[in-house]
Amino acid sequence: MLYIKCPYCGWRSQNEFSYGGDASIKRPKLNKEVSDQDWDNFVYNRKSLRGKHWELWQHLSGCRQWIKVERDTATHEIFKTLKADEDISL
Amino acid sequence: MEKYSIFNLVKNAFSNHKNWDLAWKDPTPKKEYDVVIIGGGGHGLATAYYLAKEHNITNVAIIEKGWIGGGNVGRNTTIIRSNYMFDENALFSEFGMNLWRKMSQDLNYNVMFSPRGIINLAHSDAQMNVYARRGNSMRLNGIDAVLLNREQVKEIIPMADFSENVRFPIFGGLMQPSAGTARHDAVAWGYARQADSMGVDIIQNCEVTGFDVSEGKIKGVRTSRGDIKVKKIGLCVAGSTNILAEKLNMTLPIETHLLQACVSEPVKPVLDRVVTFGAGHFYISQSDKGEMVMGGDLDGYNSYAQRGNLPTLQHVLTEGIAMMPFLSKLKMLRTWGGIMDMSMDGSPIIDKTHIEGLYLNCGWCYGGFKATPASGWTFAHTIAQDRVHELNAGYRLNRFNTGHLLDEKGLGTKTWIS
Repeated sequence: MLYIKCPYCGWRSQNEFSYGGDASIKRPKLNKEVSDQDWDNFVYNRKSLRGKHWELWQHLSGCRQWIKVERDTATHEIFKTLKADEDISL
Repeated sequence: MEKYSIFNLVKNAFSNHKNWDLAWKDPTPKKEYDVVIIGGGGHGLATAYYLAKEHNITNVAIIEKGWIGGGNVGRNTTIIRSNYMFDENALFSEFGMNLWRKMSQDLNYNVMFSPRGIINLAHSDAQMNVYARRGNSMRLNGIDAVLLNREQVKEIIPMADFSENVRFPIFGGLMQPSAGTARHDAVAWGYARQADSMGVDIIQNCEVTGFDVSEGKIKGVRTSRGDIKVKKIGLCVAGSTNILAEKLNMTLPIETHLLQACVSEPVKPVLDRVVTFGAGHFYISQSDKGEMVMGGDLDGYNSYAQRGNLPTLQHVLTEGIAMMPFLSKLKMLRTWGGIMDMSMDGSPIIDKTHIEGLYLNCGWCYGGFKATPASGWTFAHTIAQDRVHELNAGYRLNRFNTGHLLDEKGLGTKTWIS
């Protein structure tokens, strides 16, 4: 069982969350020419790292906020959680 | 190679079975090969076997980080089927079904292929219509399909919950009578033994640490047991695809996810088919030993852990008990997890890449086991001929770029949205 510290609600069990995938993916900027490759990278291509991985989770059965979680994909250890609008590099 | 037969069994009985040949050797890697297959799982072993058998390419090495058959081919739920609606998937899988039917004879190894049939349960009129359509598509592609009504399903699986007040009442189901199961380890070992006998080097405990690529061409592979010069490399590493792709500076439409399965204590024969309960994310069959073999959906987040968490297992078994209440009386014997190379449209990739001499076989989601022979056969063709066969023409890597997705179920890595 994963325990995730929601930045809004505190420690909650995995059952309350749903997963939203890689948090480092950025949508191509609007009003700019976007190449097919850029769209591919945004929509389909993923690094799927083994080790530390920033990802999105939604506290679906709680405050319903999206959050960012830094988790190890090999050990399931969770290092850090942020609000969705906080920058990973913080 | 010593043939496995009743006569050899009797002959070896006189020496207390101490003089059997080794099923495969343990060679040290040579300096150079024509083809190196990375990954000694079912697909890698099958690829090497068909390279030798169909294309006469025998200067081949299989490089495996752990031991052969220790990954997903040793940790699946052994279901073999071809009940797909899309032509690409249906024809590919049915080609595989034909290889399964003669595999034990072909490999001189009993893979215990048991075509017991698979039933997908339906729980509404709409779902019955969808299954009728899928069944018709299957039959047009020469695959057997039978649409069952509620009474017919009840005759086959009377132990399921047919009461009126359940959340998902059983309306009927779609059955593929020729689908079935096989002994997964035997598939890996059978392919390994035959490939070895034709000259393929099976190199275990050998980790790939890097690649030599220059001028867009594969020149060699660096391993923990030395560098190997090679012109063609086949990548068959399932859940580890992204780790090796990173060493090649490639980013693929693949995410690695965790899938769990479990078996109960063995009981007397009760279920002689494979049954899937899609609405509840649950499927079940009974092994020859009597264990109930059960599985469900992904844990739902990227993982390389090869072990699962309890919430998913609890969900799977709750759904299982909802479908077949007698399961609540059984004790669990084992649970395990494997890491799945989930592609973004739910279909695999068997293709060349932009690097000359690098071939890719990945994205099997959780349908990899049944595809073992067809995947090996088409991948061997792709490597040997340097072009895709018409059977894997739908499994190109560039389909994500051109928009020709093969979204059979409309699910990619996010399977839980069903």
